[in-house]
Amino acid sequence: MPRSLKKGPFIQEKLYRKVEILNQQNRKEPIKTWSRASTIVPEFVGHTFLVHNGKSFPPIFITEDMVGHKLGEFSPTRTFRSHTTGTKAQRAKGHL
Amino acid sequence: MPRIAGSDIPDNKPTRIALRYIYGIGPHHADKICADLQIEPQTRANKLTEDQLAAIANLIEANYVVEGALRRQTNQDIARLRDIRAYRGLRHRAGLPVRGQRTKTNARTRKGRRKTVAGKKMVKAK
Repeated sequence: MPRSLKKGPFIQEKLYRKVEILNQQNRKEPIKTWSRASTIVPEFVGHTFLVHNGKSFPPIFITEDMVGHKLGEFSPTRTFRSHTTGTKAQRAKGHL
Repeated sequence: MPRIAGSDIPDNKPTRIALRYIYGIGPHHADKICADLQIEPQTRANKLTEDQLAAIANLIEANYVVEGALRRQTNQDIARLRDIRAYRGLRHRAGLPVRGQRTKTNARTRKGRRKTVAGKKMVKAK
């Protein structure tokens, strides 16, 4: 169920203030954040966020298309290193 | 056989059923169209008058996204998710369920036929 419109989008206060300050000064610098739940608003466009994924802070450059999504959607929390192919015997021999 | 919205040919079923053969028109829209145009929903599609068919065609044209246009829209929406590298886009790329379903078992609709892995330990049949 979507969030009530009355409340508006959720953005961490502190994060929003930081972006506003940067916008006022017309500066752009990466903002490190743990706030994966924050919604991306139009003010964020063009900034880069370092969004925590539980381990590291991959840089996310915000484009217009991303508005309305949450920061966490762009910072995957799981790594999937593909399944191995071939049989057990082949792997044991050092193939693949 | 009547033709509505491109090449769709709903047959001699009641209008409210026949309209559902159009991609993008489901039970809700079908009933709504009948009600809006005051067409008896139980009239067989092949008994509809030319005027009624034209009215239906116009209404759909003006108010609904159907068939090719709808398919294109859906694909564009998915392509957008892929392009911005959102989690949902990644799931679409990987061909896995997008809405958080489990993948340890099931999820066969997205993953396709089972691919048996040789040498993988089998769960003991009881």
